[in-house]
Amino acid sequence: MAKTASMPPQGNETRQGRRRFVEWLLGGSLLASLASFFYPVLRYLIPPERADLGSDTVVAAKVGELKPNSGKIFRFGNRPGLLIRTADGEYRAMSATCTHLDCTVQYRSDLHQVWCACHNGFYDLNGRNIAGPPPRPLDSYRVQVRGEEIVVTRHREV
Amino acid sequence: MRLWRLLRDWLDERFGWAELTAFLRKKTVPRHRYSVWYYLGGITLFLFVVQVCTGTLLLLYYRPSSSEAFRSVQYIMTEVEFGWLVRSIHSWGANLMIFAAFAHMFSVLFLKAYRKPRELTWVSGMLLLLLVLAFGFSGYLLPWNTLAFFATKVGTDIVAQVPLVGDWLKVFLRGGEEVTGATLTRFFGFHVAVLPGLTTLLLIVHLLLVQRFGISVPPSLEAEWQALPPEQREMKFFPNFLLRELMAWYVALGILGALAALAPWKLGTEADPFAPAPAGIRPEWYFLFMFETLKLLPARIWIFEGEQVGVVAFGLAAVVWLLLPFLDGNAAGRRARWITGLGFFALAYMAGMTLYAFLMG
Repeated sequence: MAKTASMPPQGNETRQGRRRFVEWLLGGSLLASLASFFYPVLRYLIPPERADLGSDTVVAAKVGELKPNSGKIFRFGNRPGLLIRTADGEYRAMSATCTHLDCTVQYRSDLHQVWCACHNGFYDLNGRNIAGPPPRPLDSYRVQVRGEEIVVTRHREV
Repeated sequence: MRLWRLLRDWLDERFGWAELTAFLRKKTVPRHRYSVWYYLGGITLFLFVVQVCTGTLLLLYYRPSSSEAFRSVQYIMTEVEFGWLVRSIHSWGANLMIFAAFAHMFSVLFLKAYRKPRELTWVSGMLLLLLVLAFGFSGYLLPWNTLAFFATKVGTDIVAQVPLVGDWLKVFLRGGEEVTGATLTRFFGFHVAVLPGLTTLLLIVHLLLVQRFGISVPPSLEAEWQALPPEQREMKFFPNFLLRELMAWYVALGILGALAALAPWKLGTEADPFAPAPAGIRPEWYFLFMFETLKLLPARIWIFEGEQVGVVAFGLAAVVWLLLPFLDGNAAGRRARWITGLGFFALAYMAGMTLYAFLMG
């Protein structure tokens, strides 16, 4: 591009300055438009937060559904919960998501413990991690028997 | 800049970078009054890349089943941030890409760029055009809305008119006797796996051929330049032509963005296979000229069904079109003039029929 020949003669410095100004202008506009392409894409990539439709209370089972010394997985919103009836006939409820790596735990009636099959983790009937890799206890829920229904309630953190 | 030089030296030492990119420095583009038509192929390519990018984004949320497809697109458009924009760009981009591909095809035809030795470049380009139309046809169904559902019913029913293999082809496309969720699954598979794979392969062939033979100069200019060699002009491909092409892409993106933002693509209502078809069912505009022709044909032509005659005629026309470079003689010959005439006739017919369909609908 032989534009310099047609330009009026002037100081080398002014020309350099103008050139730098144009370069900044071009580069800046290019960056701004790139940002305007990628900003929506980044926002798009993050999934919208879905309201956890399951409220804080759910009917986990019917009375008489569980024999003593057995457990059942129930839906609590988008995640599984574990309802246990102990050998004494008492109900316990906790999150069924292992605190180690997100597997779903199960009740072992032979051991009277909660067991995660993925990496051999153990919890007691209160959800406390007692053996294996789990780093934290399972979240425990409140259980109420209302008529024929066994109702599980999440403790709201204050 | 220093970093770039370092990287280049590193690549050069190992792969002979300078040697690999030597063709870029040697490559030139003829410069003349028709040069503007050279940008259309690149614009089509750019829009294809936009489709790949936005299509990949849509895949993050889209669910290809008849019970979920419509609601997942609705979810993209109403819940996901900028989802409406991504989907709108994908729909508008598809239409612009098909328009650009047709414009590219006609510009190559009228500038006679398909002549020896570029016959196979034309053939690969025509096959790409058919693939692009298949992209349009399969993608149209994916939102599972009423319009697309019935248009697909009609479209696949027309396919059944193909002699001998028609019925088989219809069942193959529909994944059964009817348009159902099975059709949606199939079309999804074609749209996101089969067609992109084939298109990428053919695109590589097409671009390699373009690179191998260089860019064609129209015969009229070739004659002028032979008579007066100093008139001959060219520019370097890199960076001169490439920068101009990039500017064209930027403009294309601007138009695409404006259309997508100012006239967001509609979703319509969810398809109900057991509801009667509403009035105004029609395919996308690029199929309209064929659709309208079939509608205008009488029910029976001699001993054949009218639609069947139409389908066969369009099939034959496509074959002739594919073989056009082999039918064209030398540039100045009579046959070449006939083919130019045929090109104008085809363009006028397609434009006229499309316009007619719009006015009647």
